[in-house]
Amino acid sequence: MAPITRREFLRDGVAAFTVSFAAPAFLSDIARAQGARSRNLVVVYLSGGNDALNTLIPYQDPFYYSRRPAIAIPAGQVLQIGSDGSQKTLGLHPRLTGLHTIFNEGRLAIVQRTGYTNSSRSHFQGLDIWGTANPGSTTGMGWLGRYLDSLPPPVDTLSAWNATRETPRALVARTVAVPAIPDARTYSLASPNTGAEALAERLAATRIASHVPINRPHLSFVNGTINGALDTLDRVGSVNAYVPTVTYANNGFALALRTVAASIVRGIGTRVFWVQTGGFDTHAGQGAAGGGAYGTLMGTFNDGLIAFYTDLRNQGLLNDTLVLQFSEFGRRIAENGSQGTDHGAAGVMMAIGGAARGGIYGTAASLEPIPANPTLENNGADVRHETDFRAVYARVLDGWLGADSVAILGGNFRPGAPAII
Amino acid sequence: MARENWQVEHLLRRAAFGANVSDLARFAGLPASALVDHLMEYQRQPDTVDTFIGRSEYVSVTTRGGAFAPTTNIEDARQRWLFRMVHSERPLEEKMALFWHNHFATAYTKVAGFAGGLQATKMMTAQIDLFRRYALGSFRSLLADVATDPAMLIWLDGRTNFRARPQENFAREIMELFTWGVGHYTEQDVYTAARAFTGWNLQRIPPGGSNNDPATYYQFLYNPNQHDTAAKTFSFPIYSDGGRTIPARSATSGIGDGLDLIAALARHPETARRLARKLWGFFVSELRAPDPAFVEAVATEYLRSNTEMKPVVRFILRSPWFNDPSAWYARYSWPVEFVVRAIREVGWSGFSVDTARTPLTNMGQTLFEPPDVAGWSLGHEWFSTGTMLARMNFAATLAANQRFNLARAAGSWRASPEQLLDYFLFERLSPASFEIGPYRELLAYVNTAAPWTGSDAQVNAKAAGLSRLIVGASEYQFV
Repeated sequence: MAPITRREFLRDGVAAFTVSFAAPAFLSDIARAQGARSRNLVVVYLSGGNDALNTLIPYQDPFYYSRRPAIAIPAGQVLQIGSDGSQKTLGLHPRLTGLHTIFNEGRLAIVQRTGYTNSSRSHFQGLDIWGTANPGSTTGMGWLGRYLDSLPPPVDTLSAWNATRETPRALVARTVAVPAIPDARTYSLASPNTGAEALAERLAATRIASHVPINRPHLSFVNGTINGALDTLDRVGSVNAYVPTVTYANNGFALALRTVAASIVRGIGTRVFWVQTGGFDTHAGQGAAGGGAYGTLMGTFNDGLIAFYTDLRNQGLLNDTLVLQFSEFGRRIAENGSQGTDHGAAGVMMAIGGAARGGIYGTAASLEPIPANPTLENNGADVRHETDFRAVYARVLDGWLGADSVAILGGNFRPGAPAII
Repeated sequence: MARENWQVEHLLRRAAFGANVSDLARFAGLPASALVDHLMEYQRQPDTVDTFIGRSEYVSVTTRGGAFAPTTNIEDARQRWLFRMVHSERPLEEKMALFWHNHFATAYTKVAGFAGGLQATKMMTAQIDLFRRYALGSFRSLLADVATDPAMLIWLDGRTNFRARPQENFAREIMELFTWGVGHYTEQDVYTAARAFTGWNLQRIPPGGSNNDPATYYQFLYNPNQHDTAAKTFSFPIYSDGGRTIPARSATSGIGDGLDLIAALARHPETARRLARKLWGFFVSELRAPDPAFVEAVATEYLRSNTEMKPVVRFILRSPWFNDPSAWYARYSWPVEFVVRAIREVGWSGFSVDTARTPLTNMGQTLFEPPDVAGWSLGHEWFSTGTMLARMNFAATLAANQRFNLARAAGSWRASPEQLLDYFLFERLSPASFEIGPYRELLAYVNTAAPWTGSDAQVNAKAAGLSRLIVGASEYQFV
């Protein structure tokens, strides 16, 4: 066949139609309408599979120490938080001093042994399952995406804010392309020209991306990201002037939380934030006595969250905010030969906020590796889940976001959901 | 000369880094099959591209106080690789190295955390050299060399895989990601594979050498004392007779366990199919799911050629699937592909590849730093508001830098706004076709502000503006 030329394509192109591109003023109206003083959900993802047993430590279980001779946290170092419903005493990692404070203020809910049946030991499959909230599927819309899709249209582009570069599965939505804004300070538009020329160029870019190409959905998709960027630039830029009430650590996690705090304080309309911190795939060199690499990870996690918590409390916005922490799986009970731990099963989730009902939910596993031990799986190598992670999602959707968890999760996970809110 | 040689351009976008005006002049008269041969048989071209670094006719690099050190400084290593992608006469070699870098995704940061930046740069660049060496070579040999590659031994913790406590990290990923994928093996297979690789460790030469000494290096060590010599039984065949058990071996010959497993994984039909699906996405289309007939045909070719990649890639580039017009612009460009193609088309005189360093990170792709062992999330997942903003802003940076070169080149097209737009849309740059609506918006942009006179000031502003708008448009994000 003789392919048509680019010029012919142009001339013969089906009459494309144009959607009216939303003017910034219109969007800020939506922002105000949905705006400040609404409830915010901040999802914190610990990437790599967090070692739940060194986060929340069963420090009176002798098998914890016998199976982790090098990396166990000594009982004398844990930050005690009492015992769970099965009278198992538990403590937090010694670097979680800020979370300990929050726990003592009754605003940290800890849900033990969260997960699902036949937990995937793959990071990627695991994260996608936590994203879709469907252990049978790793593709399609995410649970938070389906929540965004349930909001009354038009859904504001900034309804959700992803502070990482890639959009996580959980935020994949049908009606809105969630903006990825790792750093608000670099979220601005450059031009080779200045003044009126640059403005004309921005207008042209907006108009070009507002055309809906015929039979080329991939182009429409990329156009959506262009429009999303151009729509949100100015509002995102407005958070840069924020002066926090506390000092945040100088790392990506803390700075992302600082930006989230700024967005909440400025009331730019975002309801769901996604923040993550990595390095939790600790196959080797976790460190002894609460120090080392895992201690550093806990330090980053703790320091970022306590700064964020304190900042929001000082701003009087703690009651509007809920932090929900998860990881794609827990790690193996026994340490490996590299003073690390391999991929395991059940993990620990946490919720923090003014409305969180603090405490320890669920029961700790017995770490004794005998076949009759119902709290373990994989021949006693891994912790078996007790609370389906979707029950926690259900509680957050129903009790915090005011959504219908049955519709969004595609099933009723309310029975047995921990009453963390 | 207008860009109307679709087949040549398609080949050069996929099997190279795009076609600029001089490439088109050079390859225009060549039949597509001859161009396939030219690209495939790249060993006929001298590998001299590194000697051009620093010469004024080529894209620049930026040194930071001291000589350019692409094997010991990671930023210089990144610049060197970008330089090679822009200028290599053997572009398919670089393209396949990039494919394998994503497939065997290893990140500098963890390696540097163990051995320091200098040693990590040496190891990471040696790993990319390995990918170049095997770009179109035997997958089985590549897999075996990757398993003993120093950077990989650090990245997936093989260096601490000891008999008493097998380390599962590499064992899991060689099955989940490097060969046949989730669903074909059991958790027990992972543990057993970890045992097969016990003793595949790492040594520093000399043992007490300083990591800051360029003469110090790391190399693979088979440590018989740390090898688990017991028999190992898998849920799938290891040997061609269907045997599932690697027999007990003496410690000294125990390295055979891992090699047997690697050979079994490399020649397994599911590995062949998984590679075929990845190659479909890389070469043919991300807009359509892999055609099952393609997957079977490519898998058959792979197994028939005893895991040699050259016949496989040649088969793909000559196949009807690759050559169907529906495959044109059917793949989302990776950030480095976008940057390299933009540099090659917009221009590089006085431009340093170092300028692309931070923008590439913001687009989501830092060379030598894939986000995790699964590599980068490809296809539409490259695109989010933040990453697309970074692409638009790189288009602006490049256009600003090349403003005067662009204006000079467009000088003979200044008679009317339509002509100026023609130059950028149909001659200079290679976007997918614009439809009439966006075309009119581009024209309206050239016509803004003042009546068109074709003055130097107008051409200067609009040439840079058009370059930015086209390179920053959706139509340019596909290859």
